[in-house]
Amino acid sequence: MIYNIPYVAVVALILIGLYTVVFKRNLIKIVIGITLIESGVNLFLITLGYRENSIAPIHTSSSQGSIMSLPIPQALTLTSIVIGVAVLALMLSLIVHIYRHYGTLNVTKIRGDEE
Amino acid sequence: MSMVIDWELILQHSPALIVAIPLLGAFLTPLIGRIGPKVRNGFVVLIALVTSFFVFLLSNDILTNGSIRTYVFGGGKPLINNRFAIRILFEVDGLNAFMIIIGAILVLVAVIYSLKYMKEYTGLDKFYTLLLLMSVGMFGMMMTGDMFNLFVFLEITSIAASALIAFWTSKGKSVYAGLKYMVISTIGALFILFAIAILYSQYNALNMAVLASSIQYSFLDKIAFVLLIAGLAMKAGIAPMHMWMPDAYGRAPASISILLVGATQASLYALFRVTFTLYGNNLTAILKHIELDLLGNSIEFDITLNGVLGILFIALAVITIIIGVIMALKQTDFKRLIAFAAVAEMGYMLLAIGAAITTIGGIDPETGAMIIPAQGLMALKGGIFHILNDALDIGLLFLVAGAVYYATKETSLNKLGGLARNMKYTTVFFFIGLFAVAGMPPMNGFASKLMIYESTYLINPILAIVAILCSILLLAMFIKVLHSVFLGPKIPKFKGVKEVPKTMLFAMAIIACIIIFIGLFPNIVVENIVTPATEALHNFSNYIGGILI
Repeated sequence: MIYNIPYVAVVALILIGLYTVVFKRNLIKIVIGITLIESGVNLFLITLGYRENSIAPIHTSSSQGSIMSLPIPQALTLTSIVIGVAVLALMLSLIVHIYRHYGTLNVTKIRGDEE
Repeated sequence: MSMVIDWELILQHSPALIVAIPLLGAFLTPLIGRIGPKVRNGFVVLIALVTSFFVFLLSNDILTNGSIRTYVFGGGKPLINNRFAIRILFEVDGLNAFMIIIGAILVLVAVIYSLKYMKEYTGLDKFYTLLLLMSVGMFGMMMTGDMFNLFVFLEITSIAASALIAFWTSKGKSVYAGLKYMVISTIGALFILFAIAILYSQYNALNMAVLASSIQYSFLDKIAFVLLIAGLAMKAGIAPMHMWMPDAYGRAPASISILLVGATQASLYALFRVTFTLYGNNLTAILKHIELDLLGNSIEFDITLNGVLGILFIALAVITIIIGVIMALKQTDFKRLIAFAAVAEMGYMLLAIGAAITTIGGIDPETGAMIIPAQGLMALKGGIFHILNDALDIGLLFLVAGAVYYATKETSLNKLGGLARNMKYTTVFFFIGLFAVAGMPPMNGFASKLMIYESTYLINPILAIVAILCSILLLAMFIKVLHSVFLGPKIPKFKGVKEVPKTMLFAMAIIACIIIFIGLFPNIVVENIVTPATEALHNFSNYIGGILI
């Protein structure tokens, strides 16, 4: 049971994130929602590679009989985090521009301006 | 002394070079831009030309020989030890070859068009860097044989595309459209990553062919399938998630709109690859066996996955077409109108492919190909053929709208008028694009749409009726545009309007020539390009066999 807790956290993070993206009107909150979904997915990847009592997958530090956690999910997570940083930075910089133009971060008001 | 060119060696490395050349070129562009804008422009055109050269070389080889080429990064062979493949690899078969041809045409045209179109704006070093990066992502998505790699290229495409949509930061709407695109594509990409993680957790593999050969269609696989379809459909602009398309297409610079068409189709390609190859073995799986007792007669039938999936695709496609056309009818902005037409065109491809999926009868145990009746095969061909035609037709219309904007700085249909006298060539190109999109006989759109009408009529007549009706509406709508932008009395404000520069006309002429060529000789294109692509799609065990030697 205790090993299922990360998976519960994954589902919770993704659902909270989706809720935020769909129902919140503030652009910054939408971005926070996206990062929550991303954290959920990253946590899922990391959890997949975990083995009980395992050590970091570094060849030289391994002793006989020790279990290593799987390195591939960690490599995937690292890549995903790097991409996430780029996406986050780009979205925030776009939001800065949007705030300069519209003077608000409320999606409804921005859309109202467009019509 | 004669130089001997080792074509085989070049072909072997082409898949990597197609991605590597624009990637290197992208980051060299700002450095070369220091020398001067002319040198930089020449450099970018050179990169686009060299990339296209490798694309055509590789596609030619694959389409004529019907072979599959794989390129493994960091090793000679994919490392298969008890089916454990950890190397990233590119795998190019008929369908991939078909897609990269489209990509190459779009990149080449977008670069040539940008030279004059973007000339007056600042920050062009970054513009060309992002443009090349976007094409890197597009080519990568079209060639990769690795699920995680697909996600990475998808994100490269969306980041570059979103920055380019928001390129005119002085316009609030552009920035807002860029953010909208970024939000939608990031959520889509995260869905896809989640699905990839689910698949990885079960089969310990990321390679598409390895996954396809070992997939069991368990409960988790079903979840992954749904997530993949949702994520990729979001990026491909299929009906409920189409709302980013009009904003992104409409607000981006015209040369970016045309590249975005390519990026959208790369996602559509990934959707087909996932459906036909990754889940190919399970596509005819029986979901539920139903026994009914009607008035003493017992009726038995099976609900199969391909039936449900096909109907889902068809339903989404019909909604996409109808929404696209109806929304396009009420637009008053030139570019947004074309963008909604693009949404509708996306529906036609999905309609044909969905109709084809419903007809799949099973998997031939000897050849490993799907058993598809003649009308299903024709629908498949029509759908694939339409990918090429849509890219060209919608692309040409976007370029024409860009040309009108370049000359008049105006996109509102109500304010434009009487441009035909001053912009003769642009008007001719608009004519060609109009007839092509509406599927009128001398153009390429007719060839593929006829295949879609014929085959969907045999599968279900209602689908053909919807498809034809919406095409007619598209024609009516573009005639209205023709009238309000190019015909009618001269407007004093646009008296001094001049024809756009020659390079822009040249870019449009390239597409117009291809459109007319395909329209006049559709059989040549169908036999040499479309048929190998279709075979690659339903003969999916070849793709799996391509690496599991």
